[in-house]
Amino acid sequence: MRTKNSILFTLITSFFLIFIVSIWKILATLQGLNIQSFNLQIIFIFGLLISFANLRIGSKIKIFYKSIIFSLIFVICDGYIIQKLPLWYNIGIFIILYFFVNKINKYSFKDLKEQHSTQVIFFDFLTLFGILFFSFVILFPFYMMLITSFKTQIALLVNPLDFSINFSQDFKDLFKSYFVIFKSYKFGQYILTSTIVSVGTVIITLIFAIPAAYAIARLNFFGKTFMSTSILIIYMFPAIVLVIPLYTIFSQLGLRNSIEGLLIVYTATTLPVAIYMLQGYFKSIPKELEEAAILDKLSWFGIITKIIIPLSIPAISSVALYVFMIAWNEFLFSLMFLDNPNSFTLSRAIQYLSGDAETPRQYLMAGSVIVTLPVLFIFVYFEKYLVSGLTAGSVKG
Amino acid sequence: MKDTLANTEKKTAYILTLPAVTLVFAIILFPIFANVWISFKEVELKDIRIPEPRAKKIVKSISKDPSKIKILYKLRNSSLLQEIRDVSFQDKFPKNFEIEKLDPRCDYQKYTLKCKFGNWPAKYRENFQIVFGTNDGSNIDKKVLKSTKPKLNGSSDNILLNTNFTLKNFKKVLFDNEFVDLLLTTFYYTFFGTLGSIIFGILTAQMVNQKFYGRTFMRSVLLFPYVAPVVALAYTWELLLDPNSGTLNSLLINYQVIETPINLLGQKYININILGFDFKLRLALTTVIMFEIWRYFPLAFLFILARLQAIPKELYEAADVDGASPFQKFFNITLPQITAVISILFMIRFIWNFNKFEDVFLLTGGASGTRTLPINVYQQGFAISDIGMGSAVSMVIVVLLLLFMFFYFKLLGKRVDEN
Repeated sequence: MRTKNSILFTLITSFFLIFIVSIWKILATLQGLNIQSFNLQIIFIFGLLISFANLRIGSKIKIFYKSIIFSLIFVICDGYIIQKLPLWYNIGIFIILYFFVNKINKYSFKDLKEQHSTQVIFFDFLTLFGILFFSFVILFPFYMMLITSFKTQIALLVNPLDFSINFSQDFKDLFKSYFVIFKSYKFGQYILTSTIVSVGTVIITLIFAIPAAYAIARLNFFGKTFMSTSILIIYMFPAIVLVIPLYTIFSQLGLRNSIEGLLIVYTATTLPVAIYMLQGYFKSIPKELEEAAILDKLSWFGIITKIIIPLSIPAISSVALYVFMIAWNEFLFSLMFLDNPNSFTLSRAIQYLSGDAETPRQYLMAGSVIVTLPVLFIFVYFEKYLVSGLTAGSVKG
Repeated sequence: MKDTLANTEKKTAYILTLPAVTLVFAIILFPIFANVWISFKEVELKDIRIPEPRAKKIVKSISKDPSKIKILYKLRNSSLLQEIRDVSFQDKFPKNFEIEKLDPRCDYQKYTLKCKFGNWPAKYRENFQIVFGTNDGSNIDKKVLKSTKPKLNGSSDNILLNTNFTLKNFKKVLFDNEFVDLLLTTFYYTFFGTLGSIIFGILTAQMVNQKFYGRTFMRSVLLFPYVAPVVALAYTWELLLDPNSGTLNSLLINYQVIETPINLLGQKYININILGFDFKLRLALTTVIMFEIWRYFPLAFLFILARLQAIPKELYEAADVDGASPFQKFFNITLPQITAVISILFMIRFIWNFNKFEDVFLLTGGASGTRTLPINVYQQGFAISDIGMGSAVSMVIVVLLLLFMFFYFKLLGKRVDEN
C-alpha cells in the first residue's frame, strides 16, 4: 500500500511539475527566448527524483534549506548546463521549484498510509493544476490583445512569438496604434456614441422598469400573473428572429443609422430582465413603510421616488450595471442597423475596421483594448453588484 | 368604498406598466408576428425601401446678368421598380424673387414654389428648370439659394402590406440540399457548446469552492470571458489562431509539435488517426465550439458555485465519518445536489447557443462548415438579400426552439413526478 501510494504520489507531482515548468517555458519563449523543446523527459525524471527524495528526507532538514537545495540543483542542471538561458528565466525556474517543493512537503510517508490518500493528493494537485490552467487559458488572449496593440506591423510579422515590449522607445511610438485609431478612424466619436447609447439605455430602462416592477410586486390587477410569467419567456426569445422584421420596420421609418433606433431596441430587449430583477427586490421591502406613506396621502409617484428608490439602491445599481454591460457589448443589432460610419458604436466600428483586409492588426487590437477596458474595469470595481446581476439575469448571452 | 379603492389600484397599475408593456410589445412581440407575415412573402432587400421622389438642386448664374439666375432641379424616382403617385414639390425663395416663366404644373405664391407633378413611373427622371430675377435688380447670393432644400412628397404601394402570400420560402428552406447539414451543424454547435461549458463550469466551480490564496481574484478572472465584448474576444482569437503568423501555430511549430501551420478557423475537415482508425473531424466547427465553451462556461461556473456554497457542510462531515473518498463524496453528495441547476443551465444555454449569431459570424462568417441556422438567417436576408427567405429560416428556428422546450419540459415534468 505504502509503495503503491508513494509511486502514485511521485507520478502525480512530476506531471504537475512538467505542467508548471512548461507554462513558464511558453511565457519565456514569448519574451523572445529561443527555447525549442520542453525537455519533458528531463523534467519528469527530476520531478520523480525530487519528490522521492523529499519523501525520504522528510523533516530531517528544514523545509527552507531543503527547498533551496532542490531548486538550485534543478536550476543548475536544467537551466544553466542544458540550455544556457538568461538569469531572469532561471530565477523564474527557481521560484517555481521553491513553490513546488513547498507544496509536496505537506505530504509525508505517514500521510500516504492513510485511507484515500492518493485520491486526496490527486484532487489537491488537480485543483492547483486547474487554477494555473484556467488562469493561463483565460488571461492569455487578454494578454495577447494588450501586447499586440503596442507592437508594430513589421515586428509582428518578423517574429510572431516576440511578445516583449520595448519600453525604452518614445511614448508616442509605444502608443502609436492608439493615436492612429483616434486620429484616422474617429474612435473618439465611437466611444462617445457607445457611451451615449449605453448610458441612455440604462436611464430609459430604469425609468420604464421601476414603475412596472413596482406594480407587479405590489399592486393587484388583472393580468398580473400573466405579465410576471411572460417576462422571462419574452426574454428567452431569440434576438436573431427580431432582426429581419425590425430591420424592415426601421428602414421604412427611417430609424436605421440613428442612435434613437438603437436606444429603443436595447431598452426593449433589456426591459424584461430589468423588471424581473427589480420586482424580486421590491417584494423584499417591508410593506409597512408604504402603508404609512399611503396614510400620509403620498401618491404612487411619491411612494416610488421617496420610499422604493432610496431603499433599493443596491438592486437598482446592479440592474444599471448589468444593462450598461449588455448595451456596451451588444453587437448583433448594431451590425444590422448601422451602416453609416458616422453613427457606429465601438463594437460595430471594430468589426468595420476588420472588414478591410489591409487594416493592421495592431489597430484592431488597440480598438479591442479600448472596448474591453471599460467593461473589465466596471466589472472588477463593482463585482459584487454585477455578479448578483449576472446570476439574476442569468440568461443573457 | 372598497371597490373604488381596488379600482384606483388597478388604474395605477395599468398606468405604471403601460410604458414598459407598450415598448416590449412594439419591439419584441410585434416583430415576431411581422416575421411570420414576411416569411410568407416574396420580399427582397431592395423592395423594402419605400420609393422616394428626389430632387437635386443646381444653381446656375446667367452670363453677365447678376440679378438673374437659373435653377435646375434634377428630379427622379428613387425606386427602379415602383411608381410614385401624386408627387408634390415645394421650395422657398428670398423675398425679392420673381419668377420669369411659370411651368403650368406649378404655382408661385408668397415666395414659395409649389408644383404638382402627378404620377412618376419607376426609374422616372426629369430636368426641371426655372429662371428667377430679383424685382429690385439687386445681385443674387447663390449661397442663400443653395442652403434651402426642396421638399417632395408622394405616395406609393408598400410591398409588405399587400396580401400576396406564397409558400415558396418554406419550400426553398426545407427542401434545400444543405438543410440537413445546416441542422446538424447547428445541433453539434449547440449541443457540444452547452455540454462543454457545463463540464468546465462544474470543474471550475468545484475548484473555486475550495479555500486557497487568491480565491476571489480567481473568481473574477474566471468571469472575464463572459463580461468582455464579443467583438474584441473574437478578433483576439482569430489573431491567436491565424495560420500565417498566429501565436498558437508559431508556438506549435517552434516546439516541433507540427510541421506546417493548421488553419484552425478556415479548414473544414482534418484527418485524425487514433489507434489506427482514421476519421474526419470538423476542424473549424470544433474551434468555434471551443470558443463558445471558453466564453460561456463562466455562466455555468457562477450558477454551480452558488449552488455548491449552499450545500450543507454536515453532509460532507457525515461522509468523512463514514470514511468516504473524495470521488465518492463528489459523485454521491455534490453531483445529486447540483443536478437541478445543471438541468436549468442546460436548457438556458441550449436555447441561447441555438440562437447564437455573433460568435460564429465574427470568427468564420459561417465559412468552412460552420454555417448554423442563425448565420443562415443573416446570409439569406442580407448577403443574398432575400428578406422573405431569411424570415422563413428564423421561423424554422422558432419552431425548433418551441419543440425543444416542449419536450424538455415534458421530460423534466416526468422526472419530477417520478421523484
